[in-house]
Amino acid sequence: MKDYFAGIMAVLWKDVLSELRTKDILLSVFVFALLSLVIFSFALRTDRATVAIIAPGVLWAAFSFSGVLALNRAFATEREKGSLEGLVITPVPRDVIYFGKMLGVLLFMLAAEIMLLPVFVVLFNVALDVPRLLLIIFLATLGFASVGTVFSAIAVNTRSREIMLPVLFLPVVVPVIISAVEASARVMTGDPWDSLTVWLQVLVAFDVIFVVVSSLVFEYVLEE
Amino acid sequence: MADSGPSAVEARRLSKDFDGHRALRGVDLRVLEGESLAIFGPNGSGKTTLIKILATLVRPTSGSVSVAGFSLPQDALDVRRRIGVVTHQNYLYDELTCYENLTFYGRMYRVQGLPDRIRAVIAQVGLEARLNDRVRTLSNGMQRRLAIARAVLHNPSVLLLDEPEVGLDEQAVNLLEDLLSRLNDGRRTVIMTTHNLERGLRMSDRVAVLVNGRIAYQETRAALDMARLRGIYAQLAGARV
Repeated sequence: MKDYFAGIMAVLWKDVLSELRTKDILLSVFVFALLSLVIFSFALRTDRATVAIIAPGVLWAAFSFSGVLALNRAFATEREKGSLEGLVITPVPRDVIYFGKMLGVLLFMLAAEIMLLPVFVVLFNVALDVPRLLLIIFLATLGFASVGTVFSAIAVNTRSREIMLPVLFLPVVVPVIISAVEASARVMTGDPWDSLTVWLQVLVAFDVIFVVVSSLVFEYVLEE
Repeated sequence: MADSGPSAVEARRLSKDFDGHRALRGVDLRVLEGESLAIFGPNGSGKTTLIKILATLVRPTSGSVSVAGFSLPQDALDVRRRIGVVTHQNYLYDELTCYENLTFYGRMYRVQGLPDRIRAVIAQVGLEARLNDRVRTLSNGMQRRLAIARAVLHNPSVLLLDEPEVGLDEQAVNLLEDLLSRLNDGRRTVIMTTHNLERGLRMSDRVAVLVNGRIAYQETRAALDMARLRGIYAQLAGARV
């Protein structure tokens, strides 16, 4: 078990080190989401009540589409230098590689999303219950990264990978995005915890299903 | 090299199909422990497919294969612990330093005493001065030497080399040959594919010629000279050599 976690941490360490030097994922996610929020904030200048209805959708549209950019880069270093084969021939179970890569994507997306939150508050002038929103962001991003890592590995060997990834991936992750939008809407309108419960349960359920199924199918994704 | 002794690699009636194309057609191959084998063959003859099967990257369509005493694909993890692979792709990360690349692979292979082992292999490939430089700042030849350090870091008993000289200039290839000869100390089994007959013959105990997915010829180095090998290869491969 110690070796298992050491393998995951080795993959994560390698990805974090590479990302800290290139900032490919962080920059692309941050800039894309920032531009989306700025454009929406100017396009949807309206009263506070309407903003409260629209803002959660805007936030998750920005996070989702910028997240696809992160997933497109998730296996980029492996693809460009053929290092995916090097990773695959290491003597670790495939799910070690999966969890290492998935945690990297999760970390980079969360970092970019947290940096974007203050921008979102200023642009849309919404009052946020930050701890509750952070919980929703964590759960939704975990679902996003868990299934996205598998689709990223599938798309990495296809010719039109930048197109194939969103086409394959977004329909699968729609329940997570809807749940995140609904839960965020309740946080932004100051609804009590009770009103959130069902959406948080849906997010947790999808996270569990996505993480378990993705770690199991990853082995077959890496075959040949 | 005697014909008897424990096998490091054994393939029987090994075949591989890719979308209707048969890349390997019933390959029978036995490589003894500590032996070095050079495999020649024209493009598309199945050399890379054979190396990829032995490296656990591709599953055979039929036939059986064992590496270091373990069967594939069932014992793939055990095989991976015992093989080192060098191809024309270096499996390195550009943004990491030489030391960080070897640290990453060392952790994946659970190498004991990793810092000392890294210093030992980096000295073997002559890159001590570049240990803390990022890989993208190294020349192609240096990157290939670092790839060899990566491949032997966990002290594998079987080394698989798939055209390791591709993309290197003559000087870098000579350095690579010298390095591989030093690594080929008689305790490690080496299987190398190459287009260079002279180099392959010089670096191996035995040669094989793969044509159209079949082993068409095998002979020990002792029973061959360069002229004979050229003639046989030209006849089998229909190539101008």
